[in-house]
Amino acid sequence: MTLPLTAQFARGLSAPICLTWELTYACNLSCVHCLSSSGRRDPRELTTAECMAVIDELERMQVFYVNIGGGEPTVRSDFWDLVSYAVAHRVGVKFSTNGIKITPAVARRLVGSDYVDVQISLDGATPEVNDAVRGAGSYQTALRAMGNLAEAGFAGFKLSVVVTRQNVGQLDDFAALASRYGAQLRLTRLRPAGRGASVWHDLHPTAEQQRRLYDWLVAHGESVLTGDSFFHLAGYGEALPGLNLCGAGRVVCLIDPVGDVYACPFAIHQSFLAGNVRDEGGFARVWRESELFASLRQPQSAGACTSCSAFDACQGGCMAAKFFTGLPLDGPDPECVRGHGATALAQAAVAPRPSPDHSHRRAPVPVTIGRRRPPDRACDENPLAGYVPA
Amino acid sequence: MSTNSHPASPLDRPWCLDERVAVRPEPFGALLYHFGTRRLSFLKDPLLLKVVQSLADHSSARSACESAGVGAEAMPAYERALGTLAGSAMIRVRDGR
Repeated sequence: MTLPLTAQFARGLSAPICLTWELTYACNLSCVHCLSSSGRRDPRELTTAECMAVIDELERMQVFYVNIGGGEPTVRSDFWDLVSYAVAHRVGVKFSTNGIKITPAVARRLVGSDYVDVQISLDGATPEVNDAVRGAGSYQTALRAMGNLAEAGFAGFKLSVVVTRQNVGQLDDFAALASRYGAQLRLTRLRPAGRGASVWHDLHPTAEQQRRLYDWLVAHGESVLTGDSFFHLAGYGEALPGLNLCGAGRVVCLIDPVGDVYACPFAIHQSFLAGNVRDEGGFARVWRESELFASLRQPQSAGACTSCSAFDACQGGCMAAKFFTGLPLDGPDPECVRGHGATALAQAAVAPRPSPDHSHRRAPVPVTIGRRRPPDRACDENPLAGYVPA
Repeated sequence: MSTNSHPASPLDRPWCLDERVAVRPEPFGALLYHFGTRRLSFLKDPLLLKVVQSLADHSSARSACESAGVGAEAMPAYERALGTLAGSAMIRVRDGR
């Protein structure tokens, strides 16, 4: 009754509302914009027992649900056990997947639990646009998974799209695709985090595309989920549904596969590392007592944005987007709707390198099935000739 | 759920939290999460939390409000808040049992 709710949130909560937990850095794909630079499993990954202890803690803290991602979380051999364990402990699970393990049998098992939700990632409404970013065959994998979920009767799963310069013209197609499979569309912002930092300049929507995206989001209201990720667009006028604030360390945070706790899923960097769930006091202590989170919960300086009339609406935008494009944290967002970001980028400092990096060591090899190469040597017809293990 | 033949005000009906709703107290009031609709709601003051948590023990929401110490002048605000919670299925009318 004293402060507005968002101001209360900015001071932090007893537990996160939105907790992202990346279970593994292992992934069958190598998406060019991967926020967590995933690919290879980290040998220090939390064990099954450690994951279950984290879930126990989330239950005690009354974290209603976790957004599980990766990497590709379903490639962990204990993934379904961990989901069952979370559900049994009244911690809901929404997991993001490229669909690789969503077979008809898995889809049938997932139906009917209020505590489990599935989010299929797709970054193009056509194979050409999607596979250019997510890799050859990934469109078919995602659509097969969606078909399996729909067939099993899983209503309202999420079709999750990172909006890019290349797919922003397909918003209606994504909506139609979601509706065809009985899914709900979720659009999120491309962040220059992880491998995304190196492709951001080519993939992020242009200023003119941003304006059309905003109008589209306003027109579609609450029927499209956004994970609050477009609050920097509130500078255009009407706020989009959601909290419209940067929740880093205040209402959101990230637990990474080795138990490191970062301020938000888009800020995997030493500068935003608050602690580790393996430390004394576990996750609860990191959330409640870390110095980084305490400082994020203090009133933040508007810096260069102080005199801007849009500041109350956009709050200066996304901390991670500024950080990884080399902009000061108290300056404009790189995609500032008033154009201040573009000006600032022109004179930006050298952007910090994202860390850590678990990318596959080799670039993905294009499939060349059906094209038979000549044997390496005339006498060498071994079926494994020419095969180089990864 | 039909409201025919029932009093118009939610204050005069018996309520309880939906079984699929979890409540987490916070300094400003509480967070509510409905596992069925997957929606979040906020209770913006601690007194409203007290009312919501005691709904099931009272024959009407009005009685729960009065017992929590809600004054007559504040009652319309609580009526609106309960109406909103009912609209998002966070609370439901108790059946006869």
